[in-house]
Amino acid sequence: MNRCDAFIIGGSAGSLDVLLKVLPEIRADLPFPIIIVIHRKHGADSLLPDLLSSRTTLIVKEADEKEQIVAGTIYIAPSDYHLLIEMDRTFSLDYSEKVNYSRPAIDVTFQTAAEAYKDKLVCLLLSGSNADGVKGLKTVKAWAGKAVIQDPDSAQVAYMPEQAKKHVEIDRILRIEDVAEFINLLR
Amino acid sequence: MELPVVNDEQVEILLSDLLEQYGYDFTGYSRASLKRRIIRLYSLDKALSFAEFRYKVNNDSAYFKRFVEQITVNVTEMFRDPQFFKTLRETVLPKLGTYPFIRIWLAGCSTGEEAYSISIVLKELNLLHKSLIYATDLNPSVLEKAAQGMFALGQMKQYSENYIAAGGTMDFSGYYSANYSLAKFDEELRRKIIFSTHNLVSDHSFNEFQLILCRNVLIYFDRDLQNNVLELFDESLEDLGYLALGTKETIDFSPINKKYKRLPANKIWRKVS
Repeated sequence: MNRCDAFIIGGSAGSLDVLLKVLPEIRADLPFPIIIVIHRKHGADSLLPDLLSSRTTLIVKEADEKEQIVAGTIYIAPSDYHLLIEMDRTFSLDYSEKVNYSRPAIDVTFQTAAEAYKDKLVCLLLSGSNADGVKGLKTVKAWAGKAVIQDPDSAQVAYMPEQAKKHVEIDRILRIEDVAEFINLLR
Repeated sequence: MELPVVNDEQVEILLSDLLEQYGYDFTGYSRASLKRRIIRLYSLDKALSFAEFRYKVNNDSAYFKRFVEQITVNVTEMFRDPQFFKTLRETVLPKLGTYPFIRIWLAGCSTGEEAYSISIVLKELNLLHKSLIYATDLNPSVLEKAAQGMFALGQMKQYSENYIAAGGTMDFSGYYSANYSLAKFDEELRRKIIFSTHNLVSDHSFNEFQLILCRNVLIYFDRDLQNNVLELFDESLEDLGYLALGTKETIDFSPINKKYKRLPANKIWRKVS
Protein backbone atom coordinates (compact mmCIF):
# COMPACT_ATOMS: atom_id res chain seq x y z
CA MET A 1 0.00 0.00 0.00
CA ASN A 2 1.12 3.56 -0.65
CA ARG A 3 2.11 5.91 2.08
CA CYS A 4 -0.90 7.11 4.07
CA ASP A 5 -1.10 10.87 4.57
CA ALA A 6 -4.63 10.90 5.96
CA PHE A 7 -7.09 8.37 7.33
CA ILE A 8 -10.72 9.41 7.27
CA ILE A 9 -13.52 7.60 9.06
CA GLY A 10 -17.16 8.13 8.15
CA GLY A 11 -20.04 6.65 10.09
CA SER A 12 -23.61 7.03 11.19
CA ALA A 13 -25.93 4.96 13.38
CA GLY A 14 -23.91 2.34 15.23
CA SER A 15 -20.51 3.83 14.47
CA LEU A 16 -19.76 5.48 17.81
CA ASP A 17 -19.39 2.11 19.54
CA VAL A 18 -16.85 1.09 16.93
CA LEU A 19 -14.81 4.25 17.51
CA LEU A 20 -14.88 3.72 21.26
CA LYS A 21 -13.50 0.23 20.81
CA VAL A 22 -10.91 1.14 18.20
CA LEU A 23 -9.41 4.39 19.49
CA PRO A 24 -7.77 2.99 22.64
CA GLU A 25 -5.75 0.64 20.49
CA ILE A 26 -4.39 3.20 18.03
CA ARG A 27 -0.68 3.68 18.43
CA ALA A 28 0.55 6.85 20.10
CA ASP A 29 3.10 7.68 17.38
CA LEU A 30 0.58 7.73 14.56
CA PRO A 31 2.37 9.13 11.46
CA PHE A 32 -0.79 10.59 9.85
CA PRO A 33 -3.97 12.39 10.97
CA ILE A 34 -7.31 10.69 11.54
CA ILE A 35 -10.35 12.70 10.51
CA ILE A 36 -13.73 11.57 11.82
CA VAL A 37 -17.05 12.51 10.25
CA ILE A 38 -20.01 11.00 12.04
CA HIS A 39 -23.62 12.00 11.91
CA ARG A 40 -24.90 13.41 15.16
CA LYS A 41 -27.60 15.63 16.42
CA HIS A 42 -26.95 19.35 16.21
CA GLY A 43 -26.34 20.93 19.57
CA ALA A 44 -24.42 18.12 21.26
CA ASP A 45 -21.39 20.15 20.33
CA SER A 46 -18.55 19.63 22.75
CA LEU A 47 -19.52 16.17 23.94
CA LEU A 48 -18.05 14.02 21.20
CA PRO A 49 -14.44 15.29 21.34
CA ASP A 50 -14.46 14.88 25.13
CA LEU A 51 -15.87 11.40 24.87
CA LEU A 52 -13.34 10.25 22.28
CA SER A 53 -10.51 12.07 24.00
CA SER A 54 -11.03 9.94 27.08
CA ARG A 55 -10.20 6.85 25.02
CA THR A 56 -6.83 7.81 23.58
CA THR A 57 -3.58 9.61 24.35
CA LEU A 58 -3.63 11.23 20.92
CA ILE A 59 -4.84 14.81 20.65
CA VAL A 60 -8.56 14.89 19.83
CA LYS A 61 -10.10 18.15 18.66
CA GLU A 62 -12.88 19.60 16.60
CA ALA A 63 -11.63 20.68 13.19
CA ASP A 64 -11.31 24.46 12.89
CA GLU A 65 -11.62 26.30 9.61
CA LYS A 66 -8.26 27.11 7.92
CA GLU A 67 -6.51 24.78 10.34
CA GLN A 68 -3.46 22.94 9.03
CA ILE A 69 -4.01 19.19 9.22
CA VAL A 70 -1.13 17.55 11.09
CA ALA A 71 -0.08 13.97 11.78
CA GLY A 72 -0.84 12.31 15.09
CA THR A 73 -4.02 14.29 15.66
CA ILE A 74 -7.62 13.11 15.60
CA TYR A 75 -9.96 15.70 14.11
CA ILE A 76 -13.72 15.60 14.44
CA ALA A 77 -16.09 17.31 12.04
CA PRO A 78 -18.07 19.92 14.00
CA SER A 79 -21.81 19.39 14.13
CA ASP A 80 -23.97 21.17 11.58
CA TYR A 81 -21.15 22.11 9.19
CA HIS A 82 -19.73 20.26 6.22
CA LEU A 83 -16.03 19.62 6.61
CA LEU A 84 -13.97 20.15 3.45
CA ILE A 85 -10.29 19.62 2.76
CA GLU A 86 -8.42 22.20 0.70
CA MET A 87 -5.65 21.32 -1.74
CA ASP A 88 -3.11 22.75 0.72
CA ARG A 89 -4.38 20.27 3.32
CA THR A 90 -6.17 22.71 5.54
CA PHE A 91 -9.79 22.44 6.65
CA SER A 92 -12.68 24.54 5.40
CA LEU A 93 -16.16 24.60 6.86
CA ASP A 94 -19.30 25.12 4.88
CA TYR A 95 -22.91 25.64 5.95
CA SER A 96 -24.49 24.73 2.63
CA GLU A 97 -27.50 22.48 2.08
CA LYS A 98 -27.56 19.09 3.76
CA VAL A 99 -26.32 16.21 1.63
CA ASN A 100 -28.00 12.83 2.13
CA TYR A 101 -30.06 14.57 4.85
CA SER A 102 -26.80 15.11 6.70
CA ARG A 103 -24.52 17.95 7.72
CA PRO A 104 -21.71 17.10 8.11
CA ALA A 105 -21.98 14.76 5.14
CA ILE A 106 -19.39 12.04 4.77
CA ASP A 107 -19.52 12.38 0.96
CA VAL A 108 -18.37 16.01 1.12
CA THR A 109 -15.30 15.25 3.22
CA PHE A 110 -14.36 12.12 1.26
CA GLN A 111 -14.78 13.90 -2.09
CA THR A 112 -12.71 16.95 -1.24
CA ALA A 113 -10.04 14.88 0.53
CA ALA A 114 -9.83 12.54 -2.48
CA GLU A 115 -8.29 15.22 -4.63
CA ALA A 116 -6.12 16.75 -1.89
CA TYR A 117 -4.53 13.43 -0.87
CA LYS A 118 -4.97 11.34 -4.03
CA ASP A 119 -3.23 7.93 -3.64
CA LYS A 120 -2.14 8.74 -0.09
CA LEU A 121 -5.65 8.66 1.32
CA VAL A 122 -7.44 5.82 3.07
CA CYS A 123 -11.15 6.16 3.86
CA LEU A 124 -13.13 3.86 6.11
CA LEU A 125 -16.91 3.69 6.11
CA LEU A 126 -18.58 2.28 9.23
CA SER A 127 -22.05 1.25 10.32
CA GLY A 128 -24.98 3.45 9.29
CA SER A 129 -28.51 3.59 8.01
CA ASN A 130 -28.16 5.75 4.91
CA ALA A 131 -25.93 5.77 1.86
CA ASP A 132 -23.84 8.82 2.79
CA GLY A 133 -20.20 8.11 2.03
CA VAL A 134 -20.78 5.81 -0.93
CA LYS A 135 -20.36 8.48 -3.61
CA GLY A 136 -17.42 9.81 -1.67
CA LEU A 137 -15.70 6.44 -1.73
CA LYS A 138 -16.17 6.34 -5.50
CA THR A 139 -14.38 9.64 -5.80
CA VAL A 140 -11.62 8.43 -3.50
CA LYS A 141 -11.11 5.45 -5.79
CA ALA A 142 -11.14 7.65 -8.89
CA TRP A 143 -8.21 9.60 -7.41
CA ALA A 144 -6.38 6.34 -6.57
CA GLY A 145 -7.08 6.40 -2.83
CA LYS A 146 -8.13 3.36 -0.84
CA ALA A 147 -11.69 2.46 0.15
CA VAL A 148 -12.21 0.36 3.27
CA ILE A 149 -15.46 -0.64 4.95
CA GLN A 150 -16.59 -2.21 8.17
CA ASP A 151 -17.77 -5.77 7.56
CA PRO A 152 -21.55 -5.33 7.20
CA ASP A 153 -22.03 -8.51 9.25
CA SER A 154 -20.28 -6.87 12.19
CA ALA A 155 -22.13 -3.56 11.83
CA GLN A 156 -25.00 -2.57 14.11
CA VAL A 157 -26.65 -1.12 11.00
CA ALA A 158 -25.35 -2.82 7.88
CA TYR A 159 -26.94 -0.60 5.23
CA MET A 160 -24.13 1.92 4.77
CA PRO A 161 -21.20 -0.47 4.34
CA GLU A 162 -23.46 -2.77 2.31
CA GLN A 163 -24.25 0.03 -0.13
CA ALA A 164 -20.55 0.80 -0.44
CA LYS A 165 -19.79 -2.85 -1.10
CA LYS A 166 -22.45 -2.94 -3.77
CA HIS A 167 -21.36 0.19 -5.64
CA VAL A 168 -17.65 0.65 -5.01
CA GLU A 169 -14.62 -1.51 -5.57
CA ILE A 170 -13.58 -2.01 -1.94
CA ASP A 171 -9.95 -2.60 -1.01
CA ARG A 172 -10.47 -4.08 2.42
CA ILE A 173 -13.40 -5.27 4.54
CA LEU A 174 -12.65 -5.15 8.25
CA ARG A 175 -14.25 -6.67 11.30
CA ILE A 176 -14.34 -4.35 14.33
CA GLU A 177 -11.52 -6.18 16.09
CA ASP A 178 -9.26 -5.75 13.04
CA VAL A 179 -9.73 -2.02 12.48
CA ALA A 180 -7.09 -0.81 14.95
CA GLU A 181 -4.44 -3.18 13.66
CA PHE A 182 -5.17 -2.15 10.09
CA ILE A 183 -4.67 1.51 11.01
CA ASN A 184 -1.56 0.82 13.07
CA LEU A 185 0.14 -0.94 10.16
CA LEU A 186 -0.37 1.94 7.73
CA ARG A 187 2.68 4.09 7.09
CA MET B 1 -16.86 9.52 -14.18
CA GLU B 2 -16.36 10.49 -10.55
CA LEU B 3 -13.53 12.88 -11.38
CA PRO B 4 -14.65 16.49 -11.14
CA VAL B 5 -16.24 17.95 -14.26
CA VAL B 6 -14.65 21.32 -13.58
CA ASN B 7 -10.98 21.36 -12.63
CA ASP B 8 -8.97 23.85 -10.57
CA GLU B 9 -7.66 25.70 -13.57
CA GLN B 10 -11.17 26.16 -14.94
CA VAL B 11 -12.34 27.45 -11.57
CA GLU B 12 -9.63 30.13 -11.76
CA ILE B 13 -10.71 31.02 -15.31
CA LEU B 14 -14.29 31.54 -14.15
CA LEU B 15 -13.16 33.64 -11.21
CA SER B 16 -11.08 35.93 -13.39
CA ASP B 17 -14.02 36.22 -15.84
CA LEU B 18 -16.29 37.30 -12.99
CA LEU B 19 -13.79 39.90 -11.90
CA GLU B 20 -13.13 41.30 -15.37
CA GLN B 21 -16.66 41.15 -16.75
CA TYR B 22 -18.68 42.04 -13.70
CA GLY B 23 -16.33 43.33 -11.02
CA TYR B 24 -17.25 40.53 -8.63
CA ASP B 25 -14.13 39.36 -6.84
CA PHE B 26 -14.31 35.80 -5.56
CA THR B 27 -10.56 35.22 -5.66
CA GLY B 28 -10.32 35.46 -1.86
CA TYR B 29 -12.89 32.70 -1.32
CA SER B 30 -11.84 29.29 -0.01
CA ARG B 31 -11.53 27.05 -3.01
CA ALA B 32 -12.86 23.69 -1.82
CA SER B 33 -16.33 25.02 -1.11
CA LEU B 34 -16.42 27.28 -4.17
CA LYS B 35 -15.31 24.52 -6.49
CA ARG B 36 -17.83 22.11 -5.06
CA ARG B 37 -20.62 24.61 -5.69
CA ILE B 38 -19.47 25.35 -9.22
CA ILE B 39 -19.41 21.63 -9.99
CA ARG B 40 -22.84 21.28 -8.40
CA LEU B 41 -24.25 24.04 -10.61
CA TYR B 42 -22.55 22.66 -13.69
CA SER B 43 -24.22 19.30 -13.11
CA LEU B 44 -27.55 20.79 -12.01
CA ASP B 45 -27.82 22.83 -15.20
CA LYS B 46 -26.54 19.97 -17.33
CA ALA B 47 -23.87 22.07 -19.00
CA LEU B 48 -22.64 20.42 -22.18
CA SER B 49 -19.06 21.58 -21.92
CA PHE B 50 -16.93 23.93 -19.92
CA ALA B 51 -16.76 26.26 -22.92
CA GLU B 52 -20.56 26.50 -23.06
CA PHE B 53 -20.81 26.98 -19.30
CA ARG B 54 -18.21 29.74 -19.39
CA TYR B 55 -19.85 31.42 -22.38
CA LYS B 56 -23.19 31.60 -20.57
CA VAL B 57 -21.66 33.05 -17.42
CA ASN B 58 -19.90 35.71 -19.49
CA ASN B 59 -22.65 36.61 -21.94
CA ASP B 60 -26.01 35.86 -20.40
CA SER B 61 -26.68 38.32 -17.59
CA ALA B 62 -29.60 36.31 -16.21
CA TYR B 63 -27.37 33.27 -16.02
CA PHE B 64 -24.63 35.29 -14.40
CA LYS B 65 -27.09 36.23 -11.65
CA ARG B 66 -27.98 32.62 -11.17
CA PHE B 67 -24.31 31.68 -11.11
CA VAL B 68 -23.46 34.11 -8.30
CA GLU B 69 -26.53 33.10 -6.33
CA GLN B 70 -25.70 29.42 -6.65
CA ILE B 71 -21.99 29.49 -5.91
CA THR B 72 -22.53 31.46 -2.71
CA VAL B 73 -24.15 29.68 0.20
CA ASN B 74 -27.55 31.09 1.14
CA VAL B 75 -28.67 28.56 3.72
CA THR B 76 -29.88 30.17 6.93
CA GLU B 77 -32.58 29.79 9.56
CA MET B 78 -34.42 31.75 12.25
CA PHE B 79 -32.83 31.79 15.69
CA ARG B 80 -30.05 29.49 14.56
CA ASP B 81 -27.86 28.69 17.59
CA PRO B 82 -30.49 29.59 20.20
CA GLN B 83 -27.82 30.15 22.85
CA PHE B 84 -26.42 32.98 20.76
CA PHE B 85 -29.80 34.68 20.47
CA LYS B 86 -30.31 34.20 24.20
CA THR B 87 -27.12 36.17 24.86
CA LEU B 88 -28.29 38.87 22.43
CA ARG B 89 -31.58 39.08 24.30
CA GLU B 90 -30.21 38.96 27.83
CA THR B 91 -26.87 40.76 27.58
CA VAL B 92 -26.10 42.62 24.36
CA LEU B 93 -29.36 44.28 23.39
CA PRO B 94 -30.29 45.44 26.92
CA LYS B 95 -26.88 47.20 27.04
CA LEU B 96 -27.56 48.84 23.70
CA GLY B 97 -31.04 49.69 24.92
CA THR B 98 -29.56 52.49 27.03
CA TYR B 99 -28.61 54.34 23.82
CA PRO B 100 -31.06 56.78 22.25
CA PHE B 101 -30.82 54.97 18.94
CA ILE B 102 -29.55 51.50 17.96
CA ARG B 103 -27.94 50.84 14.59
CA ILE B 104 -27.33 47.20 13.67
CA TRP B 105 -25.53 45.82 10.63
CA LEU B 106 -26.33 42.27 9.61
CA ALA B 107 -23.71 41.47 6.97
CA GLY B 108 -24.40 38.55 4.64
CA CYS B 109 -28.07 38.38 5.60
CA SER B 110 -29.05 36.03 2.77
CA THR B 111 -32.83 35.48 2.69
CA GLY B 112 -33.40 37.45 5.88
CA GLU B 113 -34.29 34.85 8.54
CA GLU B 114 -31.82 36.34 11.03
CA ALA B 115 -32.96 39.90 10.36
CA TYR B 116 -36.52 38.99 11.32
CA SER B 117 -35.24 37.03 14.34
CA ILE B 118 -33.40 40.12 15.62
CA SER B 119 -36.42 42.25 14.91
CA ILE B 120 -38.57 39.94 17.05
CA VAL B 121 -36.16 40.13 19.98
CA LEU B 122 -35.97 43.94 19.69
CA LYS B 123 -39.74 44.15 19.68
CA GLU B 124 -40.04 41.99 22.78
CA LEU B 125 -37.44 44.13 24.56
CA ASN B 126 -39.45 47.17 23.55
CA LEU B 127 -36.50 48.56 21.56
CA LEU B 128 -37.67 48.08 18.01
CA HIS B 129 -39.09 51.59 17.71
CA LYS B 130 -35.63 53.12 18.18
CA SER B 131 -33.63 50.54 16.21
CA LEU B 132 -32.58 50.21 12.62
CA ILE B 133 -31.25 46.98 11.10
CA TYR B 134 -29.16 47.30 7.93
CA ALA B 135 -29.31 43.85 6.39
CA THR B 136 -26.91 43.46 3.46
CA ASP B 137 -25.89 40.79 1.01
CA LEU B 138 -24.08 40.71 -2.30
CA ASN B 139 -26.96 38.89 -4.03
CA PRO B 140 -29.84 41.14 -5.10
CA SER B 141 -32.13 38.15 -5.56
CA VAL B 142 -31.88 36.86 -1.98
CA LEU B 143 -32.55 40.41 -0.76
CA GLU B 144 -35.76 40.52 -2.79
CA LYS B 145 -36.85 37.35 -1.09
CA ALA B 146 -35.80 38.70 2.31
CA ALA B 147 -37.87 41.84 1.81
CA GLN B 148 -41.00 39.74 1.29
CA GLY B 149 -40.67 38.24 4.75
CA MET B 150 -42.16 34.93 3.66
CA PHE B 151 -40.63 31.65 4.72
CA ALA B 152 -41.67 28.04 4.32
CA LEU B 153 -44.45 27.15 6.71
CA GLY B 154 -42.91 23.72 7.18
CA GLN B 155 -39.94 25.35 8.93
CA MET B 156 -42.02 27.04 11.59
CA LYS B 157 -42.01 24.15 14.03
CA GLN B 158 -38.22 24.16 14.11
CA TYR B 159 -38.04 27.96 14.28
CA SER B 160 -40.55 28.03 17.10
CA GLU B 161 -38.43 25.54 19.06
CA ASN B 162 -35.32 27.63 18.38
CA TYR B 163 -37.19 30.76 19.51
CA ILE B 164 -38.20 29.15 22.80
CA ALA B 165 -34.67 27.81 23.38
CA ALA B 166 -33.42 31.35 22.76
CA GLY B 167 -35.49 32.65 25.66
CA GLY B 168 -38.63 33.62 23.76
CA THR B 169 -41.80 33.45 25.83
CA MET B 170 -44.47 34.72 23.46
CA ASP B 171 -46.52 32.66 21.04
CA PHE B 172 -44.19 32.45 18.03
CA SER B 173 -47.06 31.80 15.64
CA GLY B 174 -48.40 35.23 16.56
CA TYR B 175 -45.64 36.80 14.44
CA TYR B 176 -46.81 35.43 11.10
CA SER B 177 -49.89 34.54 9.19
CA ALA B 178 -50.07 31.29 7.28
CA ASN B 179 -50.67 31.64 3.59
CA TYR B 180 -50.77 28.29 1.79
CA SER B 181 -47.28 26.84 2.26
CA LEU B 182 -45.78 30.14 3.41
CA ALA B 183 -45.55 32.03 6.67
CA LYS B 184 -45.78 35.77 6.10
CA PHE B 185 -44.13 37.73 8.89
CA ASP B 186 -45.72 40.88 10.27
CA GLU B 187 -45.07 44.09 8.43
CA GLU B 188 -44.19 45.69 11.75
CA LEU B 189 -41.07 43.51 11.99
CA ARG B 190 -40.04 44.42 8.48
CA ARG B 191 -40.41 48.17 8.93
CA LYS B 192 -37.16 48.62 10.82
CA ILE B 193 -35.05 46.56 8.43
CA ILE B 194 -33.29 48.11 5.45
CA PHE B 195 -32.30 45.47 2.92
CA SER B 196 -29.57 46.55 0.55
CA THR B 197 -26.70 45.14 -1.50
CA HIS B 198 -23.21 45.34 -0.10
CA ASN B 199 -20.21 43.30 -1.13
CA LEU B 200 -17.85 42.67 1.78
CA VAL B 201 -14.99 42.11 -0.64
CA SER B 202 -15.17 45.39 -2.51
CA ASP B 203 -17.53 47.83 -0.78
CA HIS B 204 -16.55 50.22 1.99
CA SER B 205 -17.86 51.10 5.38
CA PHE B 206 -21.16 52.98 5.06
CA ASN B 207 -22.13 53.86 8.62
CA GLU B 208 -21.26 53.43 12.28
CA PHE B 209 -22.98 50.71 14.25
CA GLN B 210 -23.31 49.51 17.80
CA LEU B 211 -23.76 45.91 16.76
CA ILE B 212 -22.45 44.08 13.72
CA LEU B 213 -23.47 40.49 13.05
CA CYS B 214 -21.79 38.41 10.40
CA ARG B 215 -22.31 34.75 11.09
CA ASN B 216 -21.07 31.95 8.88
CA VAL B 217 -19.77 34.21 6.15
CA LEU B 218 -16.08 34.44 7.04
CA ILE B 219 -15.73 30.64 6.83
CA TYR B 220 -15.94 31.02 3.05
CA PHE B 221 -13.04 33.50 2.90
CA ASP B 222 -9.31 32.91 3.02
CA ARG B 223 -7.33 34.41 5.90
CA ASP B 224 -6.33 37.60 4.06
CA LEU B 225 -9.89 38.36 3.04
CA GLN B 226 -11.11 37.50 6.54
CA ASN B 227 -8.69 40.05 7.95
CA ASN B 228 -9.75 42.72 5.45
CA VAL B 229 -13.40 42.18 6.31
CA LEU B 230 -12.68 42.28 10.04
CA GLU B 231 -10.88 45.62 9.50
CA LEU B 232 -13.98 46.83 7.68
CA PHE B 233 -16.14 45.80 10.63
CA ASP B 234 -13.74 47.47 13.04
CA GLU B 235 -13.98 50.73 11.06
CA SER B 236 -17.75 50.45 11.12
CA LEU B 237 -18.15 49.71 14.82
CA GLU B 238 -18.44 52.34 17.53
CA ASP B 239 -16.42 52.06 20.71
CA LEU B 240 -18.12 49.67 23.12
CA GLY B 241 -20.02 48.18 20.20
CA TYR B 242 -20.38 44.45 19.67
CA LEU B 243 -19.23 42.15 16.89
CA ALA B 244 -20.90 38.75 16.54
CA LEU B 245 -19.55 35.90 14.41
CA GLY B 246 -20.56 32.29 13.74
CA THR B 247 -19.83 29.46 16.18
CA LYS B 248 -16.74 28.34 14.28
CA GLU B 249 -15.39 31.81 13.49
CA THR B 250 -12.94 33.97 15.43
CA ILE B 251 -11.06 37.28 15.40
CA ASP B 252 -8.06 35.66 17.12
CA PHE B 253 -5.95 35.66 13.96
CA SER B 254 -6.68 39.27 13.04
CA PRO B 255 -4.74 42.37 14.16
CA ILE B 256 -8.00 43.94 15.37
CA ASN B 257 -8.26 41.41 18.21
CA LYS B 258 -6.16 43.61 20.52
CA LYS B 259 -9.01 46.09 20.71
CA TYR B 260 -11.66 43.54 21.57
CA LYS B 261 -12.76 41.59 24.59
CA ARG B 262 -14.73 38.42 24.14
CA LEU B 263 -17.95 37.67 26.00
CA PRO B 264 -17.54 34.36 27.84
CA ALA B 265 -18.89 31.28 26.05
CA ASN B 266 -20.00 33.22 22.98
CA LYS B 267 -18.59 34.33 19.63
CA ILE B 268 -19.35 37.93 20.54
CA TRP B 269 -16.63 40.52 21.05
CA ARG B 270 -16.89 44.00 22.51
CA LYS B 271 -14.75 46.83 21.22
CA VAL B 272 -13.05 48.16 24.33
CA SER B 273 -10.47 50.65 23.06
